[in-house]
Amino acid sequence: MATEIQGMGHSVKRKEDPRFIQGKGNYVDDVKLPGMLYLDIVRSPYAHAKIKKIDTSKATAIPGVLAVVTGEMLKQYNLHWMPTLMSDTQMVLPVEKVMYQSQEVAGVIATDRYIAADGAAAVEVEYEPLPVVVDPKKALELGAPILRTDKKDKKDNLIFHWEVGNKAATETAFKEADVTVKQDMYLPRIHVCSIETCGCVASFDKISGKLTVWMTTQAPHAIRTVFALVAGHVGLSEQKIQIISPDIGGGFGGKVPVYPGYVIAVAASVLIGKPVKWIEDRMENIQADSFARDYHITAEIAAKKDGTMQALRIKTIADHGYADAAANPSKFPAGLFSIATGSYDFKTAFAEVDGVYTNKPPGGIAYRCSFRVTEAVHTIERMVDVLAHDLKMDPAELRMKNFIPANKFPYKSALGWEYDSGNYEAALQKAKVIIGYDALRKEQAEKRKKGELMGIGISSFTEIVGAGPSHTFDILGIKMFDSCEIRIHPTGKAVARFGTKSQGQGHETTYAQIVAEELGIPVDDIQVEEGDTDTAPYGLGTYASRSTPTAGAAGAMASRKIRDKAKKIAAYLLECSEADLVWERGKFYVQGAPQKAKTIQEIAFAAYTNHPQGMEAGLEAVSYYDPPNLTFPFGSYICVVDIDRGTGEVKVRRFVAVDDCGNIINPMIVEGQIHGGLTMGLAPALYEAINYDEEGNIQGGSFMDYLLPTAVETPKWETDKTCTPSPHHPLGAKGVGESATVGAPPAIVNAVVDALAHLGVRHIDIPMTPWKVWQILKEKGVAAER
Amino acid sequence: MNHRIQMTVNGVKNEADVQPRMLLVHFVREVLNLTGTHIGCDTTNCGACTIVLNGRAVKSCTVLAVQADGGDVLTVEGLAKNGTLHPIQEGFWEKHGLQCGFCTPGMMMSAYTLLKNNSHPSEEEIRWGISGNLCRCTGYVNIVKAIRYAAEKIATEKK
Repeated sequence: MATEIQGMGHSVKRKEDPRFIQGKGNYVDDVKLPGMLYLDIVRSPYAHAKIKKIDTSKATAIPGVLAVVTGEMLKQYNLHWMPTLMSDTQMVLPVEKVMYQSQEVAGVIATDRYIAADGAAAVEVEYEPLPVVVDPKKALELGAPILRTDKKDKKDNLIFHWEVGNKAATETAFKEADVTVKQDMYLPRIHVCSIETCGCVASFDKISGKLTVWMTTQAPHAIRTVFALVAGHVGLSEQKIQIISPDIGGGFGGKVPVYPGYVIAVAASVLIGKPVKWIEDRMENIQADSFARDYHITAEIAAKKDGTMQALRIKTIADHGYADAAANPSKFPAGLFSIATGSYDFKTAFAEVDGVYTNKPPGGIAYRCSFRVTEAVHTIERMVDVLAHDLKMDPAELRMKNFIPANKFPYKSALGWEYDSGNYEAALQKAKVIIGYDALRKEQAEKRKKGELMGIGISSFTEIVGAGPSHTFDILGIKMFDSCEIRIHPTGKAVARFGTKSQGQGHETTYAQIVAEELGIPVDDIQVEEGDTDTAPYGLGTYASRSTPTAGAAGAMASRKIRDKAKKIAAYLLECSEADLVWERGKFYVQGAPQKAKTIQEIAFAAYTNHPQGMEAGLEAVSYYDPPNLTFPFGSYICVVDIDRGTGEVKVRRFVAVDDCGNIINPMIVEGQIHGGLTMGLAPALYEAINYDEEGNIQGGSFMDYLLPTAVETPKWETDKTCTPSPHHPLGAKGVGESATVGAPPAIVNAVVDALAHLGVRHIDIPMTPWKVWQILKEKGVAAER
Repeated sequence: MNHRIQMTVNGVKNEADVQPRMLLVHFVREVLNLTGTHIGCDTTNCGACTIVLNGRAVKSCTVLAVQADGGDVLTVEGLAKNGTLHPIQEGFWEKHGLQCGFCTPGMMMSAYTLLKNNSHPSEEEIRWGISGNLCRCTGYVNIVKAIRYAAEKIATEKK
């Protein structure tokens, strides 16, 4: 029914879907402008090499090729280098040398995408190979080739050393502990691989001086400011830059950074004065865009004999490639890795991370997670199982023993965070009941007698999302608030614009539900818009599960401002004092006389036709919401696996996910987010990794080698929830988009290790491919002969 | 040298001169301006470009436009009839079978062919039927539900 309000808690069908299911979405490659040109990029076959010569003559001789953009050309405008979001620098196009295989070397501009590709193939580049550094540990050794020779005085390959916690107290705790456990683990490079790759259409109008860029970006406003700061000296001014983020075919963190292709397209459009389209192909996407993870971790836990965990110590080497192009808040070079104490009541902890340059693509972005939270959760959830293994304790029991008790929230963690709310025992207990934990343990014991390999794995994760409070969180100095502007039209319909940008999360629906909840205007009467910097209020964008915690909150706050004004108008219309009015969703009525009421629609009409003298007309409000704290979603996942002794294949038999993201806006969408997140947790656990050989050649640079799970490998996820509202969020919500990606991998690893634990296996690095698992089976003498 | 080709797409006859190397997906997207069909990879793995050519689901990034000369093509834009959604489209909307929407048209065209060949597929048959289409958002659970919904709806309509 069109008049239904459908506020919080309704599984409203998505408002954005009719265009997507009818092929009427508008993704960046669908943008077609008159006279539009195409950019194709020449890329380096070498991981580290001097550029001796770039010969463009054969390319420019091809009819239809208009220009070849090189580093030398960009250097004339000082645009051959650009800043990264971490205040490092990254090449747009190289002048002296290339630093990774597939690095952009030149851009060919042509009238047609096929001719542009012909042109790229005809550009001749002469290279002189240089020594390649792929191993970050070797990069730190004395005498290793210094990679960033562009940086004067740089004498090593260390980008940063970061540490957090109490080192001395942690050392003491380890010295005095009954038991200590230590484990090395490696979280390999992976790639988000949204099904839509990255691209843009840059259109510069030479007369007006306005630059419009349709681009695959999760953060259009921040990008506009970056463009203005970087290209101000060549005449681009922020009021004449419009970034439009159209429909986005998945983001997951990969569409936060500025890639060289965008900048080349913009530069070409400014130079030529025509629109230029750049759409990368999948191999370029995997081989050159920002990667995630690549953390070499050594973790230790100190505990009492009874399993009470006391101290946590972590040392990590982070391979960032040739530039630190992560997308973390400025003060957090290792992101929010300091959530590593997880769901447990540690007395003390210490963590340190060294960021290192290597001859690999730049990055260190998220893979559907909030700034290195997956790395932290993987570490702690694996280590709890390592401790359980050594103490011969049940991993569920060990977790229950060490959880932060529900009555200790808000809880100050050993590494400095104030967790807003939680009830970890309840979530694990629920997951155990749903999956039938005790019966599974019995089944496992029976199977072991028969030589069958079955494992049960748990992950009881705590996330940290919704960055973030302005006192601590900024990107390039811009505080990490987010925003909403609502205008109520005279007929009581509304448009609500936000500073974020959906990439599939369903904002057009959930944000409308928030406004509907707060103002009583039906969801169908609310138009939600995002992604156009000329119309939407400034915000930092969608990533790190921040949309609901920040922009969603702004939606509630802007609605409440509107309600305040509506109350004044209602008092005027009902000839009573404001104090006598009561709000019931959708209307104000006079206390004690409910028949004397004015609906929000009547009030909206009056705001334009019959507003009180002395009051400004109209009914609109804007809110820039600065969250007082982050939010801490959590959950407990239990996974059951069976291992094929013949092939080493891991089969996920069941997977139960109990999530707690506080109050829920749209249960259908939340469940969908969890399904997708779980699948992006399964993927790196079992299939995905990008490796390099000693010469820096990428292994796994296309969908032929980099395996995304299909419907066949993906299990039938079972989801449930507990609800512990956030005490500081105006709607009690926490954010959910990434919980499952963060929580799932250690549950799967713990299950596989558990299946092999009786053989003495204590840890396996991901991805746990059939080959890797089969080798372990062979070594332990349990591989089935064929 | 260009070739003149003819193709019926969503019931409409088209004629155009194309380069022999032009991919069918580019013909559909850029010559016919039917941008509902997407491109997600270059190795025929992702299935975002799936369309129905002469009754078979094909990945249109791996077919040349000239190979489809004389052919009959159905794309996502041809699923709804006279403003009424096809049961597959309805199923995807009802069951939250899409998030970013990028893989959706290809996924629906694979589902269309699956249901033409097997009107009552089991869950496993559905999963295998869409195993040539990658989705990064949904985890497939709701896509399976959407296709089941469509199968039931089509069966009911036939009664």
